[in-house]
Amino acid sequence: MKKIIKHVVTDILRNRIVLIYTLFLLVTSFSIFSLEDNNSKGLLSLLNIILIVVPLVCIIFSTIYMYNSAEFIELLVSQPLKRKSIWLSLFGGLAISLSIAFLIGAGIPVVLYQPNAIGFTMIATGILLSLIFVAIAIFATVYTRDKAKGIGAAIMLWLYFSLLFDGLVLFLLFQFADYPMEKTMIALSALNPIDLSRILILLQLDVSAMMGYTGAVFKDFFGTPAGITFSSLILILWIVLPVWFSARKFNSKDL
Amino acid sequence: MIIANNVTKQFGKLKALDNVCTTCNKGECIALIGPNGSGKTTLIKSILGMVVPDSGLITFNNNNILHSWKYREDIGYMPQTGRYPDNMTIGQVLDMMKDIRNKQNNLDDDLIKSFSLQSIFNKRIRTLSGGTRQKVSASLAFLFDPPVLILDEPTAGLDPLASELLKDKIVAEKEKGKLVLITSHILSDLDELVTRVIYMQDGKLIFHKSIEALRRDTGEYKLSKAISRVMQN
Repeated sequence: MKKIIKHVVTDILRNRIVLIYTLFLLVTSFSIFSLEDNNSKGLLSLLNIILIVVPLVCIIFSTIYMYNSAEFIELLVSQPLKRKSIWLSLFGGLAISLSIAFLIGAGIPVVLYQPNAIGFTMIATGILLSLIFVAIAIFATVYTRDKAKGIGAAIMLWLYFSLLFDGLVLFLLFQFADYPMEKTMIALSALNPIDLSRILILLQLDVSAMMGYTGAVFKDFFGTPAGITFSSLILILWIVLPVWFSARKFNSKDL
Repeated sequence: MIIANNVTKQFGKLKALDNVCTTCNKGECIALIGPNGSGKTTLIKSILGMVVPDSGLITFNNNNILHSWKYREDIGYMPQTGRYPDNMTIGQVLDMMKDIRNKQNNLDDDLIKSFSLQSIFNKRIRTLSGGTRQKVSASLAFLFDPPVLILDEPTAGLDPLASELLKDKIVAEKEKGKLVLITSHILSDLDELVTRVIYMQDGKLIFHKSIEALRRDTGEYKLSKAISRVMQN
């Protein structure tokens, strides 16, 4: 399995997209930190960019990579290798290279300007988000044989998680404005890894004081060690479930 | 060595394999013949585990191959169209396969030498012609000296010289007592190679007999004539 991961990682690093992604993150992070006089404000701006860019790049790049390596996968399947280890290695290779890109691109500036708990939470959630969207991407590719459909599905999924979901939640909030919705909101936030990451980081920043009563309930829940464990577990579940389901599907797929 | 028992596979409405039963033994060179879309490649892919049959059983050395993978160490497979990662070079592909198969010594590089692939080792796969890709596939299939060789249209797209070299290699391996499974539409290529013939049509296995029996039954010596006689009936 290590060998396949090695080949996947070298293959991805030969591709310039990951390099460009790293440079892009590096340039934006440094420019944001040097534009803002207050580092905590800088972190907030960076958070918004990361929550949009990281999922987008991870899901699109992974989907396209998986379709482009159809031949490679076919070649591997005819070799004495377990299908499960082929699949996990492909996930591992993508996850490792995109996490390294994030660590270099966003990790270094954050460590330089914000070497505290909030900074490290942000790096951790960034890496978790990378893994989650690689997992969702490979889940989408194993179920659709057609490349155009698969990439379309990936874009739709990204759109759903970063825009549509918030709209739906807002809609629900307005519809049920007369009822106490705070507990439900916590449950709903578990359905979207991007929202969950945003809440996790925002609650550690001072701006959470401006979020009103819901913010207070969130702080009561997500601010506690139990809440942090809960949300980390949910995020990890967002990685494990897609990978597990896609590996099961791949195990009996015709090539 | 390879036994297929009531293997059935359906792609949507199309029955690609319909209750196929057959036995392949050591030292045989078997030709899989049939019209386009008769299920030859599906049968081969089922043996390799690339296609999972809906029902039926395939055993390799008396072990069920379903969800097992170790047995593929004993198979050299040459696909119909060799497709490799585009931005790797020939040398890198060969090295990667050696790395994956975990075999660095006792390699059979006869074909690499006779096709003189060494001189183009650093050419990228993307830039290769169809014939050169076939040469790479053939070299890879023979490289690990496996006891079973499965060749899907091996001579299609090869120039006459390379095709002769490959045929000589197949004969040499057959003499060593290996099992060779070949599909081809170029029946004249098969005349000197095969000992048995499997004929398939619409996913069904019509017959599996030795070439002598086929010649006797049809009264034709040449395989191409014999098969066209069968197809007319």
